[in-house]
Amino acid sequence: MNNMSSQTEIDEAEIRSRRTIEIVNQGLKRRRAAEKRFRFYGKLAISMGMLFLVVLFASIVSKGYTAFLQTYVKLDVYIDEQKIDPQGTRESETLSRANYGALVKSTLRGMFPDVKSRRDKKDLYALVSNGADFEIRKRVMENPALIGQTLSLWVPADDDVDMLLKGHINREGAESERRLKDNQLRWIDQMWEQGRMEKRFNTTFFTAGDSRDPELAGIWGAVSGSFLTLIVTLLLSFPIGVAAAVYLEEFAPKNHLTDIIEVNINNLAAVPSIVFGLLGLAMFINLFGLPRSAPLVGGLVLSLMTLPTIIIASRAALKSVPPSIREAALGVGASPQQAMMYHVLPLAMPGILTGTIIGMAQALGETAPLLMIGMVAFIVDIPGNVFDPSTVLPVQIFLWADSPERAFVERTSAAIMVLLTFLIAMNAIAVVLRKRFERRW
Amino acid sequence: MLKKYTIIAAAFATVAASNANADSARDYISIVGSSTVYPFATVVAEQFGKTTKFKTPKIESTGSGGGMKLFCAGVGVQHPDITNASRRIKKSEYEKCQKNGVKDIVEVKIGYDGIAIANSKAAKQMDLSLKDIFLALAKEVPDPKGGEKLITNPYKTWKQVNADLPDVAIEVLGPPPTSGTRDAFAELAMEGGCKTFDWIKAMKKKDKKAYKKTCHTLREDGAYVEAGENDNLIVQKLESNHAALGVFGFSYLDQNRDKIQGSLINGKKPQFESIADGSYPISRPLFFYVKKAHVGVIPGMKEYLSEFTADKAWGEDGYLSDRGLVPMPTDERNKYASDAKNLTALKL
Repeated sequence: MNNMSSQTEIDEAEIRSRRTIEIVNQGLKRRRAAEKRFRFYGKLAISMGMLFLVVLFASIVSKGYTAFLQTYVKLDVYIDEQKIDPQGTRESETLSRANYGALVKSTLRGMFPDVKSRRDKKDLYALVSNGADFEIRKRVMENPALIGQTLSLWVPADDDVDMLLKGHINREGAESERRLKDNQLRWIDQMWEQGRMEKRFNTTFFTAGDSRDPELAGIWGAVSGSFLTLIVTLLLSFPIGVAAAVYLEEFAPKNHLTDIIEVNINNLAAVPSIVFGLLGLAMFINLFGLPRSAPLVGGLVLSLMTLPTIIIASRAALKSVPPSIREAALGVGASPQQAMMYHVLPLAMPGILTGTIIGMAQALGETAPLLMIGMVAFIVDIPGNVFDPSTVLPVQIFLWADSPERAFVERTSAAIMVLLTFLIAMNAIAVVLRKRFERRW
Repeated sequence: MLKKYTIIAAAFATVAASNANADSARDYISIVGSSTVYPFATVVAEQFGKTTKFKTPKIESTGSGGGMKLFCAGVGVQHPDITNASRRIKKSEYEKCQKNGVKDIVEVKIGYDGIAIANSKAAKQMDLSLKDIFLALAKEVPDPKGGEKLITNPYKTWKQVNADLPDVAIEVLGPPPTSGTRDAFAELAMEGGCKTFDWIKAMKKKDKKAYKKTCHTLREDGAYVEAGENDNLIVQKLESNHAALGVFGFSYLDQNRDKIQGSLINGKKPQFESIADGSYPISRPLFFYVKKAHVGVIPGMKEYLSEFTADKAWGEDGYLSDRGLVPMPTDERNKYASDAKNLTALKL
């Protein structure tokens, strides 16, 4: 009896399982297709993302790479004592104020002796950048013995000439509709054939501050400003952020107050950055009287913005350190502070640093809060300390993108390339840190 | 860790200590104001910084209104010394300045800026009257059937506006309401066309508010596209969209003459000559305002003024005209140059 029933039970179970297998088999094809589709959607999403990235990079690089070259003109300038230092005093005051433009002009006239009319002369002078005067001035100031000699040097060409030779300006069309006149085109071709004009690596772009002449404009001022601002941000937000994270994660009692603090920190991470700019304007500039446009104020505002990022990342890093480490340390008699400082924090450091670097990279790319505190400004001099007026890289890009001169288009793209390089480098460091030092338990 | 805290504490102390010094002695000129004047003021500032022993002035592009607000906030090194404006100072702003102790303000007019309405060279050059512009772009226009009644703008193509114009859809890219260029466009072009209707003109006396609303409100049904503050972007869009017209500052037209062409307005081409003599109807004067109390306190103020008002800068052949600033006639230049030299205070 007993045997019988167990036998039927087994049969029934077999029949049931066979039925299940059939059901499973029936649905298998559909499930596999769904699985395939699911993966395909994933791949599609990634390839879409990559496509957008490639399009973005291609458009920036294709527009910007020409900015790393700049057209230069070779001039043989006779440093005429009569023109710059008629008294022969060689005083630096006299040399500093002398009219070096006249030397450039007479050199150009010497190169094209058939240019007579006032209009033509003006067109001729327009081929060479204003930077030529400053270059000669610099050379003569450094070495007054050059006076009376012929100085052969390469000076930047005007931005229109540069654009023409890079193919950004058309030669065709009616003369009145062109930036460069027929006679100017003739002179340019002549100089090009004589080897007096050539494209060289654009060092100015990396060493100069901002300028309204594209051929003299550089990003060094903005890079310095970004550097100073980020130093202030790092010095403030890293210690404050880590200390806050350590206390909240390890020591703070769990009550309503700490809950409220936690919610607010998470909330702060989502506040639009312009709000921090307004706060900075009201607090640091209007209340504390800190100077406008200074990297100090920029750094303060950006630390407010990066603090939540650092706190959240640090807390996650601390949380991932297993409790056994703490318990072992406490077990051998370490105080909670010692356990924290010597055991938990060092193990959490890679995660904390990754969060910090990502926060810094965010701060590097930020413009909106700086708008309010006057860092969106035309600043030529390179800032030397945190009180000097300065601007930052993304702001420089914004300002150049809005300039009417054609040559700023390529410089805008080039500046974006520099900014992207910095961002990629910072994020790469974050990845390397994580890969090399992160411990898994 | 303790060491780190000491360093931070030290850093804070230095910051606090040097803050006082940084504030009490600013050795560069601080300029704020209009984004239209910005490209001209920056050129002068750079020239000034490179040819004198003074530092290069700092110039912020805040917009005319924002600049006035900062400028009028008070006297002292933390406040800007000069503000640029693409319109004259308003009475309310002047009074605010007075209230905050900014008593003597020197007004310097620097020249004119035209507003161009341009399209791609691939398209036909337009010949518009102010009336055409108003009818094409206003939100409400007089009923074409006659009568003194306003109806929602029914025009879809330029040909419907004026039979002489081509049969293309109305599409104009222009600046958003926050822009000074937009204000000037509404005031000069739209209102100029609006006034050609006698009964609307008569409205000005009776109901100024309604008059302004009728004349200055642009349509929002997609024919006028707000293309952002960046004028370069509008130029680029015109290149790819041959049917569209764009509204922007004259200097952008001047820089891109090989790609775009300015439309004739009331039969006048946008050119230096026509803007300078006032025959081109959409042009406006540009100004800057100087805080007299700061002259002599901030180094280089007088020298900056003389650099700006020198003929080599704002004259007929000056470097500012190369940048697209339309110079004033000689008499006017002399007047403002002497005002700047003697620091004649403005009276409103």
